[in-house]
Amino acid sequence: MRNFTRIITILVFIFLYIPMIILGIASFSTGKDIAVFESFTFHQYRELFRDDGLVSLLTNSLIIAVISTLSATVLGTVASLGIHKSRGRLRKAIMTMTNIPMTNPEIVTGVSLALLFAFVGIILRINAVLGFWTLLIAHITFNLPYVILNVMPKLAQMDPDLTEAALDLGCTPVQAFFKVVLHEIMPGIISGALMAFTMSLDDFVISYFVTGSGFVTLPVEIYSYTKKPIHPKVYALFTLIFLVMLILMVTMNLLQARDNTRRRKLMLRRAGR
Amino acid sequence: MSNELIRLTNLVMEFDSDRILDSINLYIKDKEFLTLLGPSGCGKTTTLRVIGGFLTPTSGDVLFDGKRINDVPAYQRKINTVFQRYALFPHLDVYDNIAFGLRIAKLPEKEIDERVTEMLEIVSLKGFENRKITSLSGGQQQRVAIARALVNRPKVLLLDEPLGALDLRLRKDMQNELKRIQQAMGITFVYVTHDQEEALTMSDTIVVMDKGKIQQIGKPEDIYNEPKNAFVADFIGESNILDGTMLEDYSVKFFGRVFKCVDKGFAKNEPVDVVIRPEDIDIVKPEEGHLCGTVTSVTFKGVHYDTIVDFKGFKWLIQTTDFCPEGSYIGIRLNPEDIHIMHKSEYSGMFGDYSSYSAEYDEIADAEVSEDEE
Repeated sequence: MRNFTRIITILVFIFLYIPMIILGIASFSTGKDIAVFESFTFHQYRELFRDDGLVSLLTNSLIIAVISTLSATVLGTVASLGIHKSRGRLRKAIMTMTNIPMTNPEIVTGVSLALLFAFVGIILRINAVLGFWTLLIAHITFNLPYVILNVMPKLAQMDPDLTEAALDLGCTPVQAFFKVVLHEIMPGIISGALMAFTMSLDDFVISYFVTGSGFVTLPVEIYSYTKKPIHPKVYALFTLIFLVMLILMVTMNLLQARDNTRRRKLMLRRAGR
Repeated sequence: MSNELIRLTNLVMEFDSDRILDSINLYIKDKEFLTLLGPSGCGKTTTLRVIGGFLTPTSGDVLFDGKRINDVPAYQRKINTVFQRYALFPHLDVYDNIAFGLRIAKLPEKEIDERVTEMLEIVSLKGFENRKITSLSGGQQQRVAIARALVNRPKVLLLDEPLGALDLRLRKDMQNELKRIQQAMGITFVYVTHDQEEALTMSDTIVVMDKGKIQQIGKPEDIYNEPKNAFVADFIGESNILDGTMLEDYSVKFFGRVFKCVDKGFAKNEPVDVVIRPEDIDIVKPEEGHLCGTVTSVTFKGVHYDTIVDFKGFKWLIQTTDFCPEGSYIGIRLNPEDIHIMHKSEYSGMFGDYSSYSAEYDEIADAEVSEDEE
């Protein structure tokens, strides 16, 4: 039985990662055929950074990801504080609403946002409302729940006496937040931000509906590649993105693990033995 | 010692129409060690939190130095707190934890350094400046919590069961330590505990609370020797509580016998509760005794024996150094000063009968309380 589950696990990992590995290997191949590895080269990577089109698309994606992540992190943290303080039915209602954008099919979120933007555009008499700002608002919208869901548990775990201790020692409520609470929930904020960043960077469906021709992100552009032969330099791009994501995720897990050990230690020590 | 520092008048606290505090009236003198004592849920921590400024009372006033401070937020009160679970800041080391309040007050670094160093010495944590909070034992965390509060030189220090999480030995040491610090620094301590022994050892004044009401206020000796009602008599130490009738001043009748006592001022033939402390009872030969009964159980307690004696169906606890084997027939003598008379109260008949005595009464009572507190 144990062997069986182990085999299944290995199979799952093979199915998940084989495509990535093949792509990675292909990005270092001199040939155009993905099935044949001819000889090793960095040529595709050089090509990639020489391609102004791809680089500017990547820059667009990063700009949107960074700004939307920062905004969502600030908004989400503040919202978490408010939700944490509220009780009972109100809290439940707000949490359910927060979860909807996550469980809602992306295409529904995408279409509804597009309709909303069109509606606002008509009211404000703006032609071609879709572009950078609508894309940014959409990304902040779907990033928010990830931040809230990561920060809330940290607030719940935090010793509520810590805030009171800070107030007791002369902090105003705002000082208490920045000097004490923020440090306590930081691991949650960071993992929320990292998750939001990755979600934003690779989002295609929602972005496709809410962006105009003026501002296109990488995933949206890549979608159009499926209709024409893919240049091998794109393999190099994919490999880079995959590695960045991998590093982010590993960092996130390490941070969480460290935080857990610290928490456990404190609990043990507090018992006084 | 005589200046009044804090006064609570008709303090009422309600949560969702549950009355947690019911017209608390209390004044606390400057430089006094005052203990709020009671079982869990009696309102002692709530009272402390009202004084600290973490709760706003439903009605009634909190006065500090004669000024009403109901609406003064916690961070503007000259009061500091030692929290039950210490609430040290895990992201700061020992030094920075203690310096926290002084840095908020924007004191010059040089003065901060002097005061923190002085404080570390007082709580015997010299050399621990750069240690992480997570690397400290419970007792050491406790000391940091006390230092962090005291370094601000508050007028009043509030302590919420600060020794609850420590083991017995450490708790005894810290009790002495706290009393020493309090006397050395001349700060008013308001101490919350459910441990009657701790309260008796450390306090200048004890406030016994139950069900959101103050049951008795007094010096430790007074609370112990002259409890006001059956609840106080039972909560502070062990007590045999019997029904009696006060015939006249200095004369009380119980168990069909008239005893001399030292109490007066009761109505003629008023029904009363009679308290007899287990350690005050003298065991004598049956023919010399005021009352005679059969020993039903004996437990060795170290210093003394807990002896349960059946007097006409009512079981008494007697703490004596004389061993009386189970089944022996003994007599007891009661001197007038061993008998304490109380007015009847809502607690009459609820305490002071050892019929369901168990040798582990201490441990059981403690375990219940600490579970509730967690």
